Amino acid sequence: MKTQNQYGWYFVLPVLLLVAFNALIPMMTVVNYSVQETFGDNVFFWQGLDWFEQILRSDRFHAALGRQFLFTGLILAIEIPLGIIIALAMPRQGFWVPVCLVTMALPMLIPWNVVGAMWNIFTLPEIGLLGYFMNNTLGISYDMTQDPIAAWVTIVTMDVWHWTSLVVLLSYAGLVSIPDAYYQAAKIDGASPWSVFRHIQLPKMKTVLTIAILLRFMDSFNIYTEPFVLTGGGPGNSTTLLSIDLVKIALGQFDLGPAAAMSLIYFAITLLVSWLFYTLMTKDDGK
Amino acid sequence: MKKRSLIPILYILFLMLPIYWLVAMSFKTTNEILSGFSLFPQTFTLENYRVIFTDPTWYWGYINSIIYVSLNTVISIIVALPAAYAFSRYSFLGDKQLFFWLLTNRMAPAAVFALPFFQLYSAVGLFDTHLAVALAHCLFNIPLAVWILEGFMSGVPKELDETAYVDGYSFPRFFVSIFLPTIKAGVGVAAFFCFMFSWVELLLAKTLTAVAAKPIAATMTKTASSAGYELGLLAAAGTLTIIPGAIVIYFVRNYIAKGFALGRV
Repeated sequence: MKTQNQYGWYFVLPVLLLVAFNALIPMMTVVNYSVQETFGDNVFFWQGLDWFEQILRSDRFHAALGRQFLFTGLILAIEIPLGIIIALAMPRQGFWVPVCLVTMALPMLIPWNVVGAMWNIFTLPEIGLLGYFMNNTLGISYDMTQDPIAAWVTIVTMDVWHWTSLVVLLSYAGLVSIPDAYYQAAKIDGASPWSVFRHIQLPKMKTVLTIAILLRFMDSFNIYTEPFVLTGGGPGNSTTLLSIDLVKIALGQFDLGPAAAMSLIYFAITLLVSWLFYTLMTKDDGK
Repeated sequence: MKKRSLIPILYILFLMLPIYWLVAMSFKTTNEILSGFSLFPQTFTLENYRVIFTDPTWYWGYINSIIYVSLNTVISIIVALPAAYAFSRYSFLGDKQLFFWLLTNRMAPAAVFALPFFQLYSAVGLFDTHLAVALAHCLFNIPLAVWILEGFMSGVPKELDETAYVDGYSFPRFFVSIFLPTIKAGVGVAAFFCFMFSWVELLLAKTLTAVAAKPIAATMTKTASSAGYELGLLAAAGTLTIIPGAIVIYFVRNYIAKGFALGRV
């Protein structure tokens, strides 16, 4: 059991100071902006909660939030099952294990804007590999700068390409930790592959899958750079996710008050959903 | 068995296709790229790479990125080690709340912090320095490092600490000469993750720098807009950003699966 005393605070002090400097001061700046109006020159007027009301009632925010939930929902619905399937099919030992792990982890180590640029080059209609293949070999008209559906397919495929490996690696770590005795027992009982998965593998992967779902939710909900570089939020506003819209308001139009209010609402939603996921997935852990 | 291995093979093929295309593009001339589709480079050229290695605005981008990423990794690990030890060994007032608060910093969208960070680091006179980016990236890397290290440390039985104290070790000597070697895989994995997230992040790095500490990724976005359609050059720069990542994965390849599980399997 853990030692019960207050010495722990000395150990966490450096972390506390550094993270507080980086988190609290900027967060207070955002709170400060969110309740004031400015016309430049550092002159501010008290605005109260008007910005929050304005954001919560604006159709633009609702639309961006809807697109964000659609995007994150699609990402989770594709990446989690796909990641589990690939992890189940991976070799458990031998020469190919490190080869698989290293090649699969590679997309995650590419800078995010390079990922966007890479997919842009990959999907250009006449000179990109995928764009050329779709248009000229398959004869499907595909141009993500014109067609919102194509743009959506592209950003979702890009994210699947980029992050499914995270789910694979996590599930794989859970799978290799299962002792052989479990499988032998299942074999003696004549268990089908499905019941092995349902009663042995899935429960053993629960912790790592919780981490996977939480990380994928947080990161896909906050995604900015890759879709911004790839589509710029277009065509029209069809792929303008929350972060992209936020940066447009804050740095494009320089509407600091509404942008700050939107930031806080955005952060609150992320926190709330993460907490919900976490509580739901760990609620039987108390045993 | 044969059928089963088809799934990972297809998946890896899917992962490699866009990377192949980027690398292939980097060996083509601009003329060839714009004139039409070709699966392999027809006129193989190293011109794009020559430009990058001879133009200081390009190669300094790489040096800047490597400096702040290394700085961030060192700071994050040094600060996270004692904190992770505290979370894994002591129970103190507010420890769970503190741990959760640390994790919430990973949930904050970087876009939220871009403008306040610019103002904060300008105010303390660190704008456009490597240290500014390294410190800013601590926001999401320290919580992650604490989380991973805590997972690995909790796997070490407490008896190890107690035996060392009975043998007359002081705490610092125990920590450096006994405890650290025991969890060195965890330190490697945590360092890998700090490197990774600092290397791939662009929004904050771009916001906090102008000229002197500009990261390679920002140099690329500038070129993409100003030079118009220099796709070959862009592809070559992109290809070079993959290499440091590939090198660091190689070092942690045996721990990578456990590392992604944050030491919690």
